[in-house]
Order: sequence, then structure tokens, then C-alpha cells
Amino acid sequence: MSTPRPPGELAPALPLALVFLAAFVLPLVALVAISLFRTPAFAELSPAQYLRFLGDPFSLRVLADTVMLGLEVALCALVLAYPLALVYVASGPLIRTGLIFLILLPLLTSTVVRTFAWIVILGRDGIVNSAMLSLGLWDSPARLLYSWGGLVLALTQIQLPLMALPLINSLLRLDGNLARAAEGLGAGRVRAFVTVILPLTLPGAIAGLLLVFAAAATAFITQTLIGGGRIILMPSYIYQQSMGVQDWPFAAALSLIFTAAVIGIVAAIGALSRRLTRGLDAA
Amino acid sequence: MQRDLSDRIYSGVVGAIAAASVLLLLAPTLVVLIISLTSGMTLKFPPPSWSARWYVELFRSPELLTPALTSLQVALWTTLFSAVLGSAAALALARNRSRIARLLDALFMSPMVLPAMAFSLSLLLVFNVIGIRLSFATLVLGHTIVCVPFVIRMVGAAVQQLDPVLVTCSLSLGASRWYTFRRITLPLIRRGIVAGGLVAFLSSFDNVPVSLFLADARTEVLPIKLWAILEGSLDVRVAAVSGVIVVLTLIGLVCAETLGGLSRSFGKSSS
Repeated sequence: MSTPRPPGELAPALPLALVFLAAFVLPLVALVAISLFRTPAFAELSPAQYLRFLGDPFSLRVLADTVMLGLEVALCALVLAYPLALVYVASGPLIRTGLIFLILLPLLTSTVVRTFAWIVILGRDGIVNSAMLSLGLWDSPARLLYSWGGLVLALTQIQLPLMALPLINSLLRLDGNLARAAEGLGAGRVRAFVTVILPLTLPGAIAGLLLVFAAAATAFITQTLIGGGRIILMPSYIYQQSMGVQDWPFAAALSLIFTAAVIGIVAAIGALSRRLTRGLDAA
Repeated sequence: MQRDLSDRIYSGVVGAIAAASVLLLLAPTLVVLIISLTSGMTLKFPPPSWSARWYVELFRSPELLTPALTSLQVALWTTLFSAVLGSAAALALARNRSRIARLLDALFMSPMVLPAMAFSLSLLLVFNVIGIRLSFATLVLGHTIVCVPFVIRMVGAAVQQLDPVLVTCSLSLGASRWYTFRRITLPLIRRGIVAGGLVAFLSSFDNVPVSLFLADARTEVLPIKLWAILEGSLDVRVAAVSGVIVVLTLIGLVCAETLGGLSRSFGKSSS
């Protein structure tokens, strides 16, 4: 693998490279350029759009809410997926296949369909409300749809597979003897989990956190349908400013700020995990 | 004694949360299938009685059938382009450690990190500036960019499992490059191409952000049509469409499992 290869080896990648250059790199450069115009009619270069964003409490709030949503969903998914992954690796082949199917099916089913299911569950006449009313626990239907809690719950379920798969992968890679050794040496199961399993599967957990965070923060369909019109988050804000108001420079700046925020947080979590695992090696 | 108790609490908590996760994973699919068989006019749960009327209704709804057909066509073209361009790129890059290869690989993967909305808006702006009218083709182009990473990842994994000695042997025994590709490389990476193609197809069929920006007024795709319906009213026909999608996805999953061992490929990538 370390032998130098002739440059012709890269030739099969050339067609895709050209497509990406024209339809991916060039547009992103254009996006940056357009965000630097002061008016929607593309007049006068200035950082006005970015200053406008920074000076507008509403815009800042939308960004903060979107980031918070992503983080909350990622943490909820982590709490749910760890036990699921632990049960997976402790099971026999039949249950394993069943669980993988159960995880893959929602992942591959259309997002609109999964979101629709949550409308049925959380709606006014939905499952939760009719169950609570018929059990006499609630006097009147609660407003679950168009609420923050409902949105976090729905997104957690919708993105759960993205957390479960990398966790299962890194648990499978873990030598099961390590946890058994820890227990054999007198550590309780809780301690074996905290001191052995958790640190060694941290890369999988981090990978899952990053995937779920990015997916939840950008989930336009679920955000608009479950969150409703009153919860405004970055994706619908960008949509509204571009296709609605047609303020292209501001929409371009919003997309870039949002992209920077998502990638920045992904990089920060990644760096944090590297520091944590390095600390582990040193210990 | 105390350790025994904490062990039992640990197992109980892990078991309970895992059970909740399983229920949570399963529930929405079941809910969709159940509500799609309601006889009622609303999404009231549980349904007052059972009926297939909403499925029958679908066949009389060209406003849903046309977008479904459009989505199918977009997804097929996207899968074709992603599979061909992505497999070729994966073959070139998967075993190449050179700097330029790593750079290209990072570039091809970046649509997965970049919010699709930002990318779609940027492509729309470029089309506007240079005067390209939106069409079916612009839509497929946008879809291909966001779907090709799946093919590259899965074909790349297959290429890395391929023993390079097999190719060297074939070549040194006098087989041509094309013959070697057709008879040695292709059969060995087929599973990766099938799995990557399936995921690319499904994610194109499901894509909203790209279609939101890059579809012209005449090209309406299914997920956006469904989204628009759900934003306005709670039409029970959406339940029937969802039922069809769930069943088709299930069939696709079973096919992928029997053809390519989808669940096995997840197990394998880990060992």
C-alpha cells in the first residue's frame, strides 16, 4: 500500500471530481460572494448581512434554539441507544438480526412518513391524548404537537438509528473479556461500565452524537411539522428568507452562519473526545 | 451484597431503557400502518373501524400519483449517476493514500456534513446567476451530489476488503484490465454497490431540502407534496401513502438482506 502509484490510478475519480467542482465547490464560493452584498439587488460589497445577523436578537435566538435542539436530541438519543446497543451485543444471532432490522427500517423509511407517525401520536386526537383522557389522567387534551418537548421526542426517535449503529459497531469491536475481567476482579457492573465499557466505546458514542446533532439541527420537515409555525429554527428561517422574502444575500449569510455553527460544534465535540481518549491513554 | 444490588439495578435500568428504545423504534411504523387502515375521516386513534378505503382513494388521486412517479424517476436517475460516478471514484480512492486522493475523498464526503439547505441554496443561486432554468435535470444533479457519498462509503468499504493480490494475479496471468475488472473486481464489490445504491435511492426519494430549492414549478416530488398537505390539513390519504412507503421500504430491506446481506455487512464492518 505504501508503494507509490502512477497518477493514472486516480483517473476513475475524475468525472465525479469535475461534477463536484462545477456543482458543489463553485456554488459554495458563489454563496460566500453573494452573502457579502449589502442589498438583495446585489449592490455594494460589505459585511452588512453578518452585522445585521449579529445585531438582531431574533436571529441570534433562532440560531441558539437550533443548536440547543440538536444538543438535546443528541443527548436523549445517547441515553436511549446505549442500553439498546448493550442488549444487542449480549444477544444471540437471531435477536441481533431482528434488532438490526428494527433499527434500519425507520432509518430507511421516509422522514415525512416518520414525522407523520408522530403527528398521529402527539395530535389533539392522537394516541397519547386519547390514552390519557380515557384513563382519566388528563381532563382535556394537552398540546403536545407544536411544542418543544414533542419536537425533541419525535426527533430523538427519528434519529435514534444514527446513534445506535455506531454504538453497536464500537461495542462489537470491544473485547468482551475486558468487561468480564473487570467484573471478575471485583468491579460491579456499574463500575465495569463506567471505567471500561464507556471509555472504550467513546469514539462510537461521539460519532453518534455528531451524526444525531447534525441531523436534528437540519431536520427541516420534522421541525416545521412537529414544531409548528411558532418554533422558528434555522432551516425554516433560511427557507423563509430565500424562497419567501427573496433576500438572497441575507439567506446566503444565514446558510453560511448555520453551516459554520454546525461544523464548529461537530469539530468541538470531536476535539473534546480526542482530548478525553488521550487522557485515557496517559492514565 | 451491596454490589449484587447495584448489579441488579444496573441490569434493570439497562433492560428497561432498551425495551423503551425498541418500542420507540417500532411504534411509529405500526402507528402508520394501523391509522392507514382507518375507516374514519380523521387521524383519530384508535380507528373507529377498519377499511382499505384510503388505499383505494390513492388510485383516484392524480395529485399524489404524479409526484410519486416524479420522485421515483428522480430517485432512479440519481441512483444510476451516483452508482456509476461513485463506484468509479471509490475504486480509485479507497486504497490510495496519496494526499490528493485523501483530499478528493474528503471533498466527496463533505455533502454529508454540510447542511443540505445551504448547498441547495448555493446551487440555486449559481443557476440564477448564469441563467440556467430549473428543470428535472437540475434536480437530479442536486440529488446526485447529496446521495453519492453513500455509494462512495459503501463501495469504498467493499474495495478495502478486496484482496489486491487477486487483481495482481489476474493481470500477471495475462488478463486484460477490463476483463479483470469485470470478472474479479466487480463481483467482489457488487454487494457494496447494491447497498450503496439502495441507500442512495432511498435518500433521494426522501430528500426535501434539495427539491425545495432546485425543482421547477412543474416538477413536484412526493415528500414535498406530503409536507405541503400536512402543513395545511391532516389528510388521511397521507396515511395510505405512508403505508405504501413503509411496505415498499420493508420489501427493499428484505431484498437487500437476501441479495447482499445488509445486516451482515453492518456486523462485518465492525470486526
